[in-house]
Amino acid sequence: MSKISITVLSGSREKVQFAAMAASVAAVSGFDVTVFLSMNALPLFLRENAPAPTNEGAFGELMEGKNMPPYLDLFESAVDLGDARIYACSMAMDVMEIGKDALQPFVTEPMGLTKFLSEAEGGQCWSF
Amino acid sequence: MLELLSKGNIMSERKIIDARGTYCPGPLMELIAAMKQAEIGDELEILSTDEGSVNDVPEWINKVGHDMVETTQEGDVWHIIVRKAK
Repeated sequence: MSKISITVLSGSREKVQFAAMAASVAAVSGFDVTVFLSMNALPLFLRENAPAPTNEGAFGELMEGKNMPPYLDLFESAVDLGDARIYACSMAMDVMEIGKDALQPFVTEPMGLTKFLSEAEGGQCWSF
Repeated sequence: MLELLSKGNIMSERKIIDARGTYCPGPLMELIAAMKQAEIGDELEILSTDEGSVNDVPEWINKVGHDMVETTQEGDVWHIIVRKAK
């Protein structure tokens, strides 16, 4: 099975939305999908008091007024319908001083960069 | 949202998935969620105002091995009918 590893680092609406689109469609189309959340993206996945993504540009503002599929729903679909695995960066969790339970239930255990590199080896890697 | 429509004297039912008003990949993901619940041989009809679905849904159907039945357009709504094959 072809492998796609997706790092989501940005907290921008445009990037997180497209990352969610890519992860969900790839996962339901037979790709082995791993998502790695870190930096400004990780707070968006808090269960409580998650910040809204920021608009990077005019397109983000445009999307805000449209009925876009919510990025959290798309990531959840990637897991539920396509067996994607979504990991939180353990470094970012340490910096935020949060545990796994603070994050959305579809985010699995924390993962370090070394393990992510092993997971990503030999496949495509996309970064948002 | 799923509704069940009777198809007259045909025994099977066609599930209607109303994905109008949402954007890519919303219609495709709603179809796939419904496909998971469907039985082999069931037909599903997705209503979409996202024109990209007209290409994306058949692409996915062919990739994973289900059957396309037909695609029609009424105004700005696309009706894409597929059959679960496995």
